[in-house]
Amino acid sequence: MTGDHQALALLLFCAFVAATLAITTWVSRNRRGSAEEFYAGGRLFSPMENGFAIAGDYMSAASFLGISGLIALFGYDGMLYSVGFLVAWLVVLFLVAELVRNCGRFTLADVVAARMRERPVRIAAGTSSVTVSVLYLVAQMVGAGSLVALLLGGSSEAARTWTVIGVGALMVIYVSLGGMRATTWIQIVKAVLLMAGTVTLTVLVLVRFHGDFNQLLLSAAERSGHGRDFLAPGLRYGGDWTARLDFISLGLALVLGTAGLPHILSRFYTVPTARAARRSVVWAIGLIGSFYLMTIVLGFGAAAVVGSDEVRESSPAGNTAVPLLALDLGGGAGSTGGTVLFAVVAAVAFATILAVVAGITLASSASVAHDLYASLRRRHARRYSEVAVARVAAAGIGAVAIALGLLARDLNVAFLVGLAFAVAASANLPVLLYSLFWRNFTTRGAVWSVYGGLVPAVLLVLLSPVVSGSPASLFPGVDFQLFPLENPGLVSIPFGFLAGWAGTALSPEPPDEAKHAETEVRSLTGAGAV
Amino acid sequence: MEKQDGREAAAVRIDDPWYDALASGWGELDGTGAPAPLAPAAPAGHAPGNSAADIYLEVQRSAAFQEVRGRYRRFVVPASLAFFSWYVVYVVAATTAHELMARPVAGAVNVAMVAGLGQFLTTFLLTWAYARHARLRRDRAALDLRWDTQELTRGITR
Repeated sequence: MTGDHQALALLLFCAFVAATLAITTWVSRNRRGSAEEFYAGGRLFSPMENGFAIAGDYMSAASFLGISGLIALFGYDGMLYSVGFLVAWLVVLFLVAELVRNCGRFTLADVVAARMRERPVRIAAGTSSVTVSVLYLVAQMVGAGSLVALLLGGSSEAARTWTVIGVGALMVIYVSLGGMRATTWIQIVKAVLLMAGTVTLTVLVLVRFHGDFNQLLLSAAERSGHGRDFLAPGLRYGGDWTARLDFISLGLALVLGTAGLPHILSRFYTVPTARAARRSVVWAIGLIGSFYLMTIVLGFGAAAVVGSDEVRESSPAGNTAVPLLALDLGGGAGSTGGTVLFAVVAAVAFATILAVVAGITLASSASVAHDLYASLRRRHARRYSEVAVARVAAAGIGAVAIALGLLARDLNVAFLVGLAFAVAASANLPVLLYSLFWRNFTTRGAVWSVYGGLVPAVLLVLLSPVVSGSPASLFPGVDFQLFPLENPGLVSIPFGFLAGWAGTALSPEPPDEAKHAETEVRSLTGAGAV
Repeated sequence: MEKQDGREAAAVRIDDPWYDALASGWGELDGTGAPAPLAPAAPAGHAPGNSAADIYLEVQRSAAFQEVRGRYRRFVVPASLAFFSWYVVYVVAATTAHELMARPVAGAVNVAMVAGLGQFLTTFLLTWAYARHARLRRDRAALDLRWDTQELTRGITR
């Protein structure tokens, strides 16, 4: 790591920040401060813009650096992640995007509350949405801290601390000042940068191997030290039955969780019609799918060009595989090309983190203001405008994320993303699908299905090897481990669905047929949609 | 459903953002929580005094809506079952059936690689098929229904 890399990477990243801050001030110049504007950007984005923004919201640094790194270290097993992340979008496209656009206004809770008694349902859905967002945010913040340490070589505590604080402060500024419009543009810019960077590296890798994918795989297998096993599954998840079940559990959470992520759901409200929401998702699937295909090439490319051992030396989790590959493709350390490519990758990774945390912060502030505050406010308390509350909530969530990010700085928080997906799949997806498709669903069923997914998911992780009972846990000294799997999805997702069914069966009130009719007609036709 | 108004829905451009009739807020319907009458409301030419709930029930029971819903479900249910089971089979095979997945197909490409890329391919194909199906078989009918329903509910004071 030389001073050149750092200076250039910082310069590029500052350019990105300056550009996005300029966008923020530009889009907020003639604000009227309506909720429509703050949460949904006035609902005036085109499908293509929104598709890019969805892709920008979804493709985190973990996808860009993490999946390629896993492939560089463990070969085929890294690919399993990207397949889960992509197939999940079919659930969103078929069952969620259009119907949510037609039925809701700003959040997931809107869709459910349309059929049920508002207060308990809003509190439940708001709580689970905020939980998912905070888990995801903390993972991103800690990731930002370790990324700066990795890329800029300054593993000093101060650099990491200031990175976390800086990222947190920036996201609060974007969200509070610019609302959805600024956040969306940041995500669009980031998606374009990320795609451009990935395409460049992929082309360079393929040129290096003369376009021969077969040769690339063979070289990767050879340099990995595992031979042909590198190209088949099993190096990472092929251990005992616990490890295998664990991965199946994670795969379920990945494929079902995306449709319950609050920051993805809120993106469907930024377009005028359900048809536009569908076309956004088609755009997003095209972008995300091609992105993951390219990360596969980059992962095997890193194994073939850099070598698995060298990647492992640089970072045990493999996060530096792509930056090292960029350095090599540009002409090696010390060369101008290598320096530039490395700096570009580093800057894109930071831009990625910034865009993702901004999206999550906005979605969770919407949940706090629109769902929780509106339901929990005392009858005769002073009424603040919802957008003002949302702005304050964004700052509060930013503060919480910074604090947790600093506290968890030295812990291995890789499990948090999996947990966020598991909670989204266990608590948010059942209630959403039941509300949209089940005639007899009731308020009690809705509340039970949210808590019946949320509580088991969190509880099982607390009792899992992630937290205690093994050398790699958060608290290796104690042992209250009761549940063998690190990913709770396999148990908590069915639990969420069952709890919703049980709550409905044991409901004291009959299902409201007229409300169901209204939800069904609205969801499929868009009548009366806002 | 009959048209309440001389305006032809077909004259409306299909990508019209429909910003005209903003819906009222949710949960402000009259008759909160009262079970709706089970008999279908008199079709067409609704008498003033019909509540929004009656209108939605009436639309839900109309043949046109049943047709749209049927088309949607006939595509989505089998397609969802198909891709979900295909994904589960893939993940289970990747974690349990090593010999099968490691079997070479051509050069360095093995069954696992073909299956993984197959997942990408099926996702793209299903996306295209769904978008096409919705565009050709559902959009127009849904837009007509939307227009009719909004016409019916327009006069109602909420």
